[in-house]
Amino acid sequence: MAEMSAMNRKLIQNLAETLSKQVKHFNKTEAECLIRLFNGLLGDQSDRRVGNGLDRGKFRNILHNTFGMTDDMIMDRVFRAFDKDNDSYVSVKEWIEGLSIFLRGTLDEKIKYCFDVYDLNGDGYISREEMFHMLKNSLIRQPTEEDPDEGIKDLVEITLKKMDHDHDSRLSYADFEKAVRDENLLLEAFGTCLPDAKNMESVLSFCP
Amino acid sequence: MGVALTRAAQWTTASSGTGKLEITPVNESLLKEILQFVEQFSSRHPQEARLVFKEPLQWTTSLEASDFKTEYDISGPAVKSQETDRDGHPMLQLTPPSISVHSFSQLSKIVQLATDKKLKEVRACLEANRDPIAKMLGPSFATVEGEDSSVLRLLEEVKEGDQAKETEIKVKLIILLQQLDTQLLSNSLKQISQWVPFLPPPHSVYYEFTNGCRTPPWRQVHGEICYLVIKPCDTQPLHITCSTAGVFLNGGIWQEGEENAYDRTSDVYRDLVTLLKSKSPHFAENINKQVGFHVKQVAGFLRVIFALPITPRSTDDKKSKKNAVSEKFAEAQEKMQKKADVSVSSLPGRQSKTPGGVGGADDFSESSSESEEDEEQPERRTESNTDLPSEYWQIQKLVKYLKGGNQTATVIALCSMRDFNLAQETCQLAIRDVGGLEVLINLLDTEEIKCKIGSLKILKEISRNSQIRRAIADLGGLQTMVKILDSPDKDLKYLAAETIANVAKFRRARRTVRQHGGIKRLVKLLDCVPDSAALTEEQEKDVEVARCGALALWSCSKSTRNKEAIRKAGGIPLLARLLKSPHENMLIPVVGTLQECASERSYRIAIQTEGMIEDLVKNLNCDNHELQMHCASAIFKCAEDKRTRDLVRQCEGLQPLVTLLSQADNKQLLAATTGAIWKCSISMENVAKFQDYKALETLVGLLTDQPEEVLVNVVGALGEGAQKPANRATIRKCGGIQPLVNLLTGTNQALLVNVTKAVGACATELENMTIIDRLDGVRLLWSLLKNPNPDVQASAAWAICPCIENAKDSGEMVRSFVGGLELIVNLLKSTNKEVLASVCAAIAKIAKDEENLAVITDHGVVPMLAKLTNTTDDKLRRHLAEAIARCCMWGSNRVLFGEAGAVAPLVRYLKSKDTSVHQATAQALFQLSKDPNNCITMHDNGVVKLLLGMMGSTDEVLQEAAAGCVANIRRLALANEKARYG
Repeated sequence: MAEMSAMNRKLIQNLAETLSKQVKHFNKTEAECLIRLFNGLLGDQSDRRVGNGLDRGKFRNILHNTFGMTDDMIMDRVFRAFDKDNDSYVSVKEWIEGLSIFLRGTLDEKIKYCFDVYDLNGDGYISREEMFHMLKNSLIRQPTEEDPDEGIKDLVEITLKKMDHDHDSRLSYADFEKAVRDENLLLEAFGTCLPDAKNMESVLSFCP
Repeated sequence: MGVALTRAAQWTTASSGTGKLEITPVNESLLKEILQFVEQFSSRHPQEARLVFKEPLQWTTSLEASDFKTEYDISGPAVKSQETDRDGHPMLQLTPPSISVHSFSQLSKIVQLATDKKLKEVRACLEANRDPIAKMLGPSFATVEGEDSSVLRLLEEVKEGDQAKETEIKVKLIILLQQLDTQLLSNSLKQISQWVPFLPPPHSVYYEFTNGCRTPPWRQVHGEICYLVIKPCDTQPLHITCSTAGVFLNGGIWQEGEENAYDRTSDVYRDLVTLLKSKSPHFAENINKQVGFHVKQVAGFLRVIFALPITPRSTDDKKSKKNAVSEKFAEAQEKMQKKADVSVSSLPGRQSKTPGGVGGADDFSESSSESEEDEEQPERRTESNTDLPSEYWQIQKLVKYLKGGNQTATVIALCSMRDFNLAQETCQLAIRDVGGLEVLINLLDTEEIKCKIGSLKILKEISRNSQIRRAIADLGGLQTMVKILDSPDKDLKYLAAETIANVAKFRRARRTVRQHGGIKRLVKLLDCVPDSAALTEEQEKDVEVARCGALALWSCSKSTRNKEAIRKAGGIPLLARLLKSPHENMLIPVVGTLQECASERSYRIAIQTEGMIEDLVKNLNCDNHELQMHCASAIFKCAEDKRTRDLVRQCEGLQPLVTLLSQADNKQLLAATTGAIWKCSISMENVAKFQDYKALETLVGLLTDQPEEVLVNVVGALGEGAQKPANRATIRKCGGIQPLVNLLTGTNQALLVNVTKAVGACATELENMTIIDRLDGVRLLWSLLKNPNPDVQASAAWAICPCIENAKDSGEMVRSFVGGLELIVNLLKSTNKEVLASVCAAIAKIAKDEENLAVITDHGVVPMLAKLTNTTDDKLRRHLAEAIARCCMWGSNRVLFGEAGAVAPLVRYLKSKDTSVHQATAQALFQLSKDPNNCITMHDNGVVKLLLGMMGSTDEVLQEAAAGCVANIRRLALANEKARYG
């Protein structure tokens, strides 16, 4: 048993060594700690054999419990953003890579990440419809209004007016990037998809 | 149009059924709108126009058969349209005087035919058809207050019937009519606000319903639009309900819950003015004087205190937040009311009954080194709501999203709001007027950092407006922002500090910041280590935090107690450290704060001892005028102290000051620079330096065409400079005497003090005196003795001394001033020591002329001087003794002085520590000792011993006078012995 865990520790250390070189923003100790966190979240051995990482449900739980996210659709999109190889599991490498943006990302990295999250169909543009979809729960509906969606539609128009610099009624990456650079508050314009300072601290507190 | 007709239109009777539309501006504009709608309907919407009404609109018309042309069958007086419905019934039928119409196309035609009678026709039609929509589309579409389900009904119809085409047209018609309705309502609202321009104060807007009403829904069904409390200056406050039926007094609505408070307690008046006319005689009297009445013009006679808040009765789970707002807002309103009370009480004809002054005595417990910004400026409400700009509605919409959105929607709305020109007053006031301030301030209380940042970014901009500042303070925004200063987020910190800097421009706000621990927190923000080398992003933010902290402290430092609080919080060393910053935008608030605080001695000492003078001098050489100005101003205030003056010289600060004199176009800078030069000139070493830099030549050039604040300093500097003989000549050669004498006619007292001093200094030079004399300068100086300000009186009297000394035929000149001698003698009644000393000095000069001495003796100078002798003030003693010595030279004045008891006190002067007192006193005693009785008094008071000591003085004048006096006493004693013993 002791041998096992010693071996395990060795493995983790090697993995941390490798990953800390591949991924920006984390040193070896931090990477090691995040690997342990990953393993802890993964649960016991038997589960691990099933796949090769965190499945959608588990990952969403983490987003909800640790990072305080609430929007189902956005959480799905965050999962997709983490799961780079699209195999429906977040591998340990994808985990470290994702967290490097979550916890230490530069503005550039975050802009790219948020755009990917918001570009629901992955066509390189955030369309009117996608915006509507993401914003549809952002206003308290007034039952008295004729068209309960009117506010949302208006919000979409406001956003386009603010961010659609080339006036093609959709946001390209360039549009999004420019708008966020001008006003950082627009980084998460279509829903919370990054942890806030408090949640970040709570994650980093796992690390010694 | 149904809602507009029932709600906005003004009917003669409140009951439904037939009634008349009153002839009011609101109705007129309603009618015009409807007319336009009908006129253009058939060309714009030809399909909908042909829809056959469920029931015809019928009314009594003034049209006659002759008015109808083609497309109509005319038989005698009766007319039928050629256009018919599917069953062949004509769409229009006229049987004078009754007309019945089945479609919009016919309505359009009628108004076109009716030419100049068209408005009349529309009026008649509407009066006869109170709910036209019900007739057009069927009774199920009748306008019912408070609900609108017409579209739903149509949907039902779609389900039921298969006449899809017709229903589609109906839907379109309904939509068109509803659009008209909305348009009418919003226009009539504008009309209403026109005749009650003060109707929408910001607070009630929070509960403005989409229909424009400001009353609770269950009162809206009674047609009530809003409630007002008006305080006329001559009667009790009037609690007024504005409703569609007119305006009337209510039972006093203060808060919800009292149902009968809404009851009508007066007649119904057609409008506010009529009501006020009948309730307030003062109003009626004044309003009748107005031709072409505008409410704006009577705003001076009454103030609407506020429109009452209302809380919707229905509760839902979103209410808790709103309730918190409404509490805060009730508080703010209370304050508002207090304020309004005050403004009302200051109106003529009303007894002042302000409860406890404005917010209690604490308001005035605080002095400020700067004149208060706009403390008592009356609230300026949006004067006219006639042309609300489009921004207003857009901002209103955004505020709605702020209220009803989650974090994402809120951030979008906040960012969008920032795209408005927030520097523009229209936008600033629009945000306030639609209740945006409450929401923005509420957001600061949430946990959402992004919302807080977005909100502060807006507050920071709009708080440049003084009305917004007040509103933010009223809503408790300062307290929240002070709390935010503790946040770990640097963006939040600097934004909050910068906003505080803007808001704390008036006294109450500055006090609030202090009382909530803001000063300590702001001082803490200063604690960053600015590194002149390249900064990381984080360090740059630290610097920004410190900069904004300094900005806020600068605003706050205008209150004396805050200066103290900054010092106690350890702000001075931190400011001293930031003073080493290489960045101008940091230095400006830091030096600004320092120069503001330099009004306090503790700061002046600190600035001197903590080596800040060197940095201030260094920054005099920068190329930013504002920074230069603050540095010069700090030096101005600190250079009262000799050590500081020396430091400025040692740090080579005098030359940059002289160089700055060339920036004569920037008056603020010029005032600060000349002020610093003035105060530095108090040290003669500095005067010598200024001489080298040819400062006086430049200063003389600044004696004309400058604002008074500059002149005071320029003349002050010349006055100090002229203490040196060489400079007196310089001033003359540069042509400075004439402008100086000209300034003697001014009224600014600080300036007069300095001008008299400068003229006096110049007058010590004979050549200068000739010029002053020629310009009649002495007469001008003399007339300044009449100035009510003792400083001016004293300074003028001092200046008169060298003039009398140096003027040709000065005795004759003085006599030529009618009443002049009496005037100066009477100043001996002053209670001001400096005035007394200067007047005594002047009297000593005047008394040199025998004739004048006789005159002043007649004016009773002797007893008046004698009365002053008990003083302990050495300066006064010296000049008093001089005056007594001189005045002894006439008639029996010596005896009179003795009789008035002046001798014994004078003997005591010899014990003074001031040697200049000794000389003058000895001379006076010598003169007085020529009267035997005085000798006895002196001897009895032990004068001999004191004088014997002074006979050994190195001061020859003193020696001689002392000896003379002793000789006189001795001579008397000898004579006495001789008489006694033969």
